[in-house]
Amino acid sequence: MIDKRFKIANKIFKSRLIVGTGKYKSFSECAKAIKTSGADIVTVAVRRVNISNKNKARLMDYIDPKKITYLPNTAGCFTAEDAIRTLRLAREIGGWKLVKLEVLGDKRNLFPEMIETLRSTELLTKEGFKVMVYCNDDPLMAKRLENAGAVAIMPLAAPIGSGLGIQNKVNIKIIRKQTKLPLIIDAGIGQASDASIAMELGCDGVLINTAIAKAKNPSQMAEAMKLAVISGRKSYLSGRINPNLFGSASTTNKGII
Amino acid sequence: MNIKNKIKITVNGKQMQIIPKFTLKSLITKLKMPLNKIAIELNKKIIDKNRISEIRLKKGDKIEIVHFIGGG
Repeated sequence: MIDKRFKIANKIFKSRLIVGTGKYKSFSECAKAIKTSGADIVTVAVRRVNISNKNKARLMDYIDPKKITYLPNTAGCFTAEDAIRTLRLAREIGGWKLVKLEVLGDKRNLFPEMIETLRSTELLTKEGFKVMVYCNDDPLMAKRLENAGAVAIMPLAAPIGSGLGIQNKVNIKIIRKQTKLPLIIDAGIGQASDASIAMELGCDGVLINTAIAKAKNPSQMAEAMKLAVISGRKSYLSGRINPNLFGSASTTNKGII
Repeated sequence: MNIKNKIKITVNGKQMQIIPKFTLKSLITKLKMPLNKIAIELNKKIIDKNRISEIRLKKGDKIEIVHFIGGG
């Protein structure tokens, strides 16, 4: 079965794996992991420049935004106003319109504040942003985000950075059934099999940061995630067998001695 | 220049002293910031980077200079 292209806001991307650039030991380790991951979109954050150390290395010196799509996020924002301010600045740095909206509601569990997230999605869409939205795995909220103009629905698998894997497969499947928008699991992936499961549920892509950045060997984990996403996608497209409670012999009894 | 003539501004949360009529462009040059990798806010308003040479800084101005860092 030939796969359809992975398209977000009318732009085609080769890889269904999106990689975060936070938490690495160094920019060079981050750049190496991104290379082996095969990702062509990376998430980035907007923060103050260190004015006392002018020679400090910058992310853009290691990961070329001309070769890889930067997806600015709103990490650390707790209101729609904070998120909009951050993304306007991101747009000013280099004209980015494709953004990842992430409005949090709780510093400990890092769950999204969905009322502010929905409000931000509406406001940013009106300003011409193409908004990929980090959200909880609630199908009703996912629908509202879609109606508000989101270009991708990005439900969490589990809390950000938890590595717990997909906690609510049923909700992800329901969201898959109801939306034609790109559905991308964002947050909570711990290991390669989690990424495969996300793809087998019918997701269009997976966004991973901590599971790669904090692995003992980030570059190798990045490759594992790349293969897991490809593998899970192929598995999904191939049409799995129906699960049975009882066994079904693989070898015929015909001609048995 | 007498130090008394200098005016105080805040850049990324830190106080700085500049001479009156110092432009935003002069500040960015002084800080050695690569324009294509940053965005600038002056008193919470985003500044068009093409117009920074026209903007003269005033006492109490609050400037934010941001860039991209690693994030998830």
